[in-house]
Amino acid sequence: MNKISENCINCPAHNISNLKKLGIDMSSFDYVVALAGNPNTGKSTVFNYLTGLKQHTGNWPGKTVTRAEGAFEYNGKKFKLVDLPGTYSLLSTSVDEEVARDFILFGQPDVTVIVIDATRVERNLNLVLQILEITDRVVICLNLIDEARRNQIEVDHRTLSKELGVPVIPASARQGEGMDELLKYIYEVAVGSYICKPNRLRSRSKELNEAIEKLTEMIKEVFPNLPNTRWVALRLLEGDQNIIDAVRNGELGNINLSKIVEIEKEAAY
Amino acid sequence: MNEMMNKRESIIAEANRLRWELGENFHDTLMQNIYEHATEIEKKAVKYPDAKEVFSFDRTLDKILTSKFLGFPIMFLMLGVVFWLTIQGANYPSGLLSNLLVDTIHPALKTFALNFDLPWWLSGVLIDGAYLAMAWVVSVMLPPMAIFFPLYTLLEDFGYLPRVAFNLDPLYKKVGAHGRQALTMAMGFGCNAAGVIATRVIDSPRERLIAIITNNFSLCNGRWPTQILIATVFIGSAVPAYLAGIVSAAAVVFIALLGIAFSLIVSWFLSRTLLKGEASAFSLELPPYRPPRIFQTLYTSLIDRTIFVLWRAVVFAIPAGMLIWLVANVSIDGISIANHFIQYVNPIAFVFGLNGVIFLAYIIAIPANEIVIPTILMLTVANLGIQGVGAGSGVMFELESASDVATILQSGGWTLLTAINLMLFSLLHNPCSTTIFTIYKETKSWKWTLVSTFLPIAMGLTVTFFVTQIWRLLTN
Repeated sequence: MNKISENCINCPAHNISNLKKLGIDMSSFDYVVALAGNPNTGKSTVFNYLTGLKQHTGNWPGKTVTRAEGAFEYNGKKFKLVDLPGTYSLLSTSVDEEVARDFILFGQPDVTVIVIDATRVERNLNLVLQILEITDRVVICLNLIDEARRNQIEVDHRTLSKELGVPVIPASARQGEGMDELLKYIYEVAVGSYICKPNRLRSRSKELNEAIEKLTEMIKEVFPNLPNTRWVALRLLEGDQNIIDAVRNGELGNINLSKIVEIEKEAAY
Repeated sequence: MNEMMNKRESIIAEANRLRWELGENFHDTLMQNIYEHATEIEKKAVKYPDAKEVFSFDRTLDKILTSKFLGFPIMFLMLGVVFWLTIQGANYPSGLLSNLLVDTIHPALKTFALNFDLPWWLSGVLIDGAYLAMAWVVSVMLPPMAIFFPLYTLLEDFGYLPRVAFNLDPLYKKVGAHGRQALTMAMGFGCNAAGVIATRVIDSPRERLIAIITNNFSLCNGRWPTQILIATVFIGSAVPAYLAGIVSAAAVVFIALLGIAFSLIVSWFLSRTLLKGEASAFSLELPPYRPPRIFQTLYTSLIDRTIFVLWRAVVFAIPAGMLIWLVANVSIDGISIANHFIQYVNPIAFVFGLNGVIFLAYIIAIPANEIVIPTILMLTVANLGIQGVGAGSGVMFELESASDVATILQSGGWTLLTAINLMLFSLLHNPCSTTIFTIYKETKSWKWTLVSTFLPIAMGLTVTFFVTQIWRLLTN
């Protein structure tokens, strides 16, 4: 067997050659990766790059309203990649945003890649911070870096990464720039060799934290298999009618399955 | 069981109690925290250039494309140019294809069938029905699609469509609909089923329903070629040759704009009657302009759209072709089924300036608008055949100029009025079955599905009725 030096294994140039675009062959996979982000940040372009598929990409917000799925293989591991509709927040009520939210919440992806627009960092961060509330395993793809350069906007991805506590990779998916790095981090976060330490909201009041804690425990008792109980608790506190109804009729326990099945059907159509 | 229910209720009760404790506006505080946090991080990590120094190409272009005075004229012009290019470019390859598929291969197939003594009904169903319908679909549809879709996709990739939506947005708001409806209408120009799914971006159910019901007024994939063809054949030929291209392009633009106008009128009507309410506020994001990647766009628009739509048309055309052949050749009391229907409906259709063939074609073509024109052509020939113009019913090649759509239609009694009414009816009729099914899936309501299906038909009949009556008044 060929011996490859450790440096080579860590080198992106080595790893990119390990990318195998599997298209729609999702027969068996080791990890699920979700692609989230604001509308029109290039999620579908990243999706196409990694899977080799040719999903139509368009220069307008709201191009993807349903979920698209594909697969790729990297370093011998198979990844299922799910392209979600763009959303500005996780609190909205429109159907396309619900698709994205429910998948991140209840589909339990192994890694969530958030594609953000380097020319509109502030607004994109609102979503990033919200997603970091519900999952640790996040890789941020700082996309459209070429456009930022063209507009002379300088984004220091290292500072961003430090502030958020997750990897931030500058990229231009259209040109294929940064995709090797992105793959490397998706892989590392998925297999657990990179541990994200997301920067949670520090400014939460003590009272709120205690309230969430209390509700979380009550919910866990009734719905032991539910992921993201903290988030559900927060939504209950905010009086989200959908979640209240789901708790009342006990559907919350099944939301995991039923929602995913519903989305699955839509994707098939 | 009961115990579980009690526990669930106690969770809700506890949440309600805690909410009081935390105070009403803690949600706002929470959101504010997120925003502040985001701003803080951004300040540390992002450096913007001094605003004044940079000439912003995007902003200048936006000022022009979305300007109060120039916005709409530029939009009309862009659409006009796209159609003009399509009409000019599609003519020649269309002729070539129909020469090959209809005039050459079809007779060859017939001879082949004769030599092998195929039963007449088998060669009829297969060659005069299925094959011919497919041949017509390909020769009539493929060239305009292969030109129109890439052009449209280039505009889309460049970022022009959201500007169109931006221009239209105030109009939609004024009629009580959601501003994003303009975006879903733009999607509908590609495919209504896609447009209906795209309405998911609208969060208010009321406004979403309005957007779903009116999406059909966006001319779709399947109807653009009909419009382009009829405009070329009848409207273009009604003016001097050097104006033909421009005038027929203008006619198609006019129909498209009429569609937008109808969507506004119907939205206005709905938001004042069945779906009362105020327009909700929203923000429409204008994406940056991006130089389109020409080759990739050509590739995806050819594969994703042109081939996809063509394939769909062919798939529907083959059984439709068989059906057409059957209704044109199976006789009851010595008259074919098609003829029974056509003769029965003709007097009614006359009132609307249409004819029985068109009505029958629209029934056969419910699965796909793409096959309307091929169906009309085949039915017209079949119908004429029985009246002694051709030798066999449902067969096209006896006509000397079978490739000439105009000749066939004119011998079917078509006038400029028929053409105009067909263009109007093509805009205003039921959505295709795929779209109807999608509407049902998205609304989960038979009532709204039926409204979306029959409202456009009622409008189409009303409009063609008045156009016809006024036309006849003026020309008599």
